[in-house]
Amino acid sequence: MLEYLIQRIAISTVTLAVISMIVFTGVRLIPGDPARVMAGTEADAAGLEEIRQKYGLNDAIPVQYLRWVGLALRGDLGESIRTRETVTKTVSRKLPITLELACLSILVAIAIAIPVGVLSAVRRNTVWDYLANGLSLCGLSVPSFWLGIMLILFFSVRLGWLPASGFVSFVENPAGNLTRMLMPAFVLGTTLAAVLMRQTRNSMIEVLTADYIRTAYSKGLAGRAVIFRHAIRNGLIPVVTILGLQMGALMGGAVVTEQIFVVPGFGRLIVESVFTRDYPLVQGVVLITASAYVLINLLVDVSYSLLNPRIRIKGAVNAR
Amino acid sequence: MRGDGTAVATSLPTVGTRDATTALQRAWRRAARRPPALAGATVVILYVLLALGAPWIAPVDPLHTDWSQVRKAPSAAHPLGTDDLGRDVLSRVIWGTRISMQAGVFSILLAIVVGVPAGLVAGFYRGAFDQLIMRLTDAWLSFPFLILAIGLVTILGPSLTNATLAIGVAATPTYIRLTRGLVLGSREEDFVQGARALGAGDLRVMGRHILPNIASALLVQATVSIPGAIIAEAILSFLGLGVQPPSPSWGTMLNAAQQFLESAPWMAWWPGLAIFSLTLSFNLAGDGLRDWLDPKDY
Repeated sequence: MLEYLIQRIAISTVTLAVISMIVFTGVRLIPGDPARVMAGTEADAAGLEEIRQKYGLNDAIPVQYLRWVGLALRGDLGESIRTRETVTKTVSRKLPITLELACLSILVAIAIAIPVGVLSAVRRNTVWDYLANGLSLCGLSVPSFWLGIMLILFFSVRLGWLPASGFVSFVENPAGNLTRMLMPAFVLGTTLAAVLMRQTRNSMIEVLTADYIRTAYSKGLAGRAVIFRHAIRNGLIPVVTILGLQMGALMGGAVVTEQIFVVPGFGRLIVESVFTRDYPLVQGVVLITASAYVLINLLVDVSYSLLNPRIRIKGAVNAR
Repeated sequence: MRGDGTAVATSLPTVGTRDATTALQRAWRRAARRPPALAGATVVILYVLLALGAPWIAPVDPLHTDWSQVRKAPSAAHPLGTDDLGRDVLSRVIWGTRISMQAGVFSILLAIVVGVPAGLVAGFYRGAFDQLIMRLTDAWLSFPFLILAIGLVTILGPSLTNATLAIGVAATPTYIRLTRGLVLGSREEDFVQGARALGAGDLRVMGRHILPNIASALLVQATVSIPGAIIAEAILSFLGLGVQPPSPSWGTMLNAAQQFLESAPWMAWWPGLAIFSLTLSFNLAGDGLRDWLDPKDY
């Protein structure tokens, strides 16, 4: 177990190092002189040289990389060119909004996927199963940004039930916050719901054919008790892993969703920083997203193997 | 789809004709058992024809602006209405097929051309190169697909070619991983050992024995990733990072439509329905193809 843990952490550390190199190189590949971007268009040669000196842009690339990583490890990702606010501060202001959106969308996805997935496994090869399969295929195929536009068209423009866009803080106005978050959370949760539904159905089917389920039935337990007390508990274990793996897709989806519903979160920050060519911000935001993904999956893997002794052994073999 | 008992029963031939039927007929009969997959494949083929024949099929020039016909509701002259510059939405949707197909197919081709050889070599030789590739793909896959594509387009600059490149590069690690996994599974198989024993070199074993054996799994993956790439292109164009106006891409059309939801909702319906029907059909066909290529499913 300890060996597995150490191995997992070592691999994640290497991954994080490679990520930082990719991000660093990527930003340096962007055409244009960073000193000129930072100094603005009016700067003269002396002004540019001053900026180069200040940010160490004249040093060798490996030196620049090590300095950047050193600062990043201490939580200093530089400051935005546009607003002069530190990247960490901007991110910590925007991130809670996206986290709320992500949590709500996970709730929406689970609320749809698990009952429907279980139903379609229990009523396998019936109309319900086909309907559920069709639903999940539609969820996988629908372009989320178009779904968002259609929801705005229907619920805001036609019916006037929900506000089309905008954001108010939950602390200031809980009801206003939730009515504005409802559609974005649904849009962001759609793909996730489709993926979870398929996974729930597959793993429930596998569990329902297991020996211990047959035992439970044959000792006279009612169908409902078998499903709820025995099958669901085991059937949902793989679903948790999928949830961890889907965090990346959720972050990508947040970019589009926040753009459509004008939610001032992390995803919108990414697009804005790309459009304003705010390189330190792009660099910091991408680094944080990728690192978070690695850490979340490390946590999922480790907690998973702690909770389930069967997977602990299988997992150690698979990791190689 | 699989449990459709009635369809199986009606399409089964009478006993004894099996020897007479050709492989092609058998293949068709197995395909005919899956109406949703066939429907999906048909729609995909229709879209391909639409993309190839856009100049002849589209009623008018997709770039032709007519200021007397701005944001007109669907009519006989313009079956899907006109947009904010008085352009015909139907013609733009038809030409948009071309851009979507181009982005979807070429990006995944790029991912296959780069990813499959890398995965083959990594899985076949293992060792240091394999470790390097694995750690690299670990890092690569840690960037959310869309955020990686956005980042790459920032470096390359917005255009259809660059969006295609960015999506292809973002999709590559999936193919490296998949190929490597499949190679690991088949390199110890008897037919590979047999080829080795007969004196086949590494290249021959990889190219003539392992690759054909894993090709069907790669094909299935491609039909699943093309719709993803099509949506990614639409998103990039929607955000203004892909195809630039006035080119008729479904994503840029939806971007323009967003401002006129109240006065011209048809501008938002059609490009979105086009993406949805195309990706849904690809997924239906892909699901069917997976079952169809599965040797256990005879």
